[in-house]
Amino acid sequence: MPFDADLDFRITDSTLRDGSHAMRHTFTAAHVRDVVAGLDRAGVPVIEVSHGDGLGGSSFNYGFGAVHDLDLIEVAVQTATRAKIAFLMLPGLGVKDDIQAAADRGARICRIATHATEADVAVQHFGLARELGLETVGFLMMAHSASPEALARQARIMADAGCQCVYVVDSAGALVLDEVADRVSALAAELGDDAQVGFHGHENLALAVANSIVAVRSGAVQIDACTRRLGAGAGNTPTEALAVVAERLGYRTGVDPVAMIDVAEDVVRPIMLEECRLDRMALTMGYAGVYSSFLKHAQRQAERYGVPGALILREAGRRGLVGGQEDQLIEIAATMAAARV
Amino acid sequence: MTTATAAIVGSGNIGTDLMVKLLRSDTIELRWMIGIDPDSEGLRRARDAGLVVSAEGVDWLLRQDPLPDLVFEATSASAHRANASRYAELGIIAIDLTPAAVGPAVVPAVNEGEHTDRRNVSLITCGGQATIPIVAAVSAVVPVPYAEIVASVSSPSAGPGTRANIDEFTTTTARGIETIGGAARGKAIIILNPATPPVLMNDTVFCQIPDDADEAAIERSIRDTVERVSAYVPGYRLRTAPQFSPADPETGSPARVAVFLEVEGAGDFLPPYAGNLDIMTAAATRAGEALAVRLLADRST
Repeated sequence: MPFDADLDFRITDSTLRDGSHAMRHTFTAAHVRDVVAGLDRAGVPVIEVSHGDGLGGSSFNYGFGAVHDLDLIEVAVQTATRAKIAFLMLPGLGVKDDIQAAADRGARICRIATHATEADVAVQHFGLARELGLETVGFLMMAHSASPEALARQARIMADAGCQCVYVVDSAGALVLDEVADRVSALAAELGDDAQVGFHGHENLALAVANSIVAVRSGAVQIDACTRRLGAGAGNTPTEALAVVAERLGYRTGVDPVAMIDVAEDVVRPIMLEECRLDRMALTMGYAGVYSSFLKHAQRQAERYGVPGALILREAGRRGLVGGQEDQLIEIAATMAAARV
Repeated sequence: MTTATAAIVGSGNIGTDLMVKLLRSDTIELRWMIGIDPDSEGLRRARDAGLVVSAEGVDWLLRQDPLPDLVFEATSASAHRANASRYAELGIIAIDLTPAAVGPAVVPAVNEGEHTDRRNVSLITCGGQATIPIVAAVSAVVPVPYAEIVASVSSPSAGPGTRANIDEFTTTTARGIETIGGAARGKAIIILNPATPPVLMNDTVFCQIPDDADEAAIERSIRDTVERVSAYVPGYRLRTAPQFSPADPETGSPARVAVFLEVEGAGDFLPPYAGNLDIMTAAATRAGEALAVRLLADRST
């Protein structure tokens, strides 16, 4: 077990990574210092810090980061007294040098994300991360789009490559209760003692906390959350609510619910550009199975081209776009606008 | 002698698609197809096409007499790095379809004719072949401090080589955006999409441009370039008009043009969705023919 045996499941707070989408990648060193200090005080064991699309994500396609994420990682490492600092990278976007650089800045956990059916692109990255002595986590994104059996086969590829915990990642916030249970159970059965299972939820159907508990009951031992839900789409599993619910159900997470509620209100809320809302756009993502990070991009293109944002998202769902294809939203909006003239 | 002889090393998707194109060439006589798996589909097809076939790899090929004039390498970056010096020692010209980037890069629409005296040329990557011409088209009109490309390919068209070489894809493509495309700094992103039915290869090119750039001149240059590429890749086209955006202080984005392309393959081996393979093999054929013409001219003098 790569973490404390006194925990029933381990919470990773991703406010400073998934929240980067909602913040349009404007996190500053001061934001990171304050949020990490608060989460560390509340007992959150792992804190993820990166551009929303992982290391190397700063770009025209995903949005330029106000501050280089390696610098933010370094601030987080210097600030945390107990929590481990994690980072995210997506093969095809980030490269092995980024993993090395993040390790050099003191990050301890390397999280590597691929689309649900494309795990084999990450083999060399898991290999390097383990060589560097990093703890490894694998993300199978858009998990709603693959069957439990297909997902379990991909999880096996990651585990064989050196991944110590494979996450069912509900990037579109589209999974509903039993669909989480089926996928987490399939991974747990496939991986056995070879690797742990985790779950990363989004709020697009208002189910993130419930889905996370279902995941734990199905065998997941690592759960992602974001303080005040600050994340892509309608946001993620709220860390403060998860801490309370876990305590009520008798699960040990190491997170102090009262301190966590204070961090959400006093530290994270003041820096948020806006609340993460369960509105038409977000619900459309959960309903049509669209990657949550598309939200802000679809909003921007809808404004720019004068076309309905929900229609852009529905077309993205119809085309089966995967994480990383934000560029296509511009083309969809431009084509819709041109067809209307 | 009016043709140069050639071998394909690597009997996977790329090698097999390339075979179909080279068999149509007037300047290249394709004689050998070399693999490492005797049961591979590519070797079977090559045998049916009347080629000399071996599953004993490049060692076998380099024992033949006579040796080929040209080798098209469609293996992996690490294999080509190991093989390149052996071809060079034996005087064989190498056309490299892996992202190894041993020799200078060739993008026919941009720098055709520049490297015909070289003994090893690199085709960069499929994403590079599709997008570097557009970067070059923009940087021919205005300075491009930064260019970024997103190549989306269908999952079934990305073989094990591409998947194991994904870092080489991004770094080699980024370097080509700089050295051939003319951008001061380049970045490349590749996305695999498993949608069914498989999607056509899609490429998006973002170029940073000056605030007062002549947009009409840039658009003309882009459209001319698309026409030039489509001369050897018939399925290469714009999906929508180039999209210009002014600098956006809210997102920190400088002024840019975004160009949306799709590449429909000729369907020589894999189905038309695999435009990423088609553009590589079409460019390799074009580059190989230029090298063959030069070789034959040198021999006849």
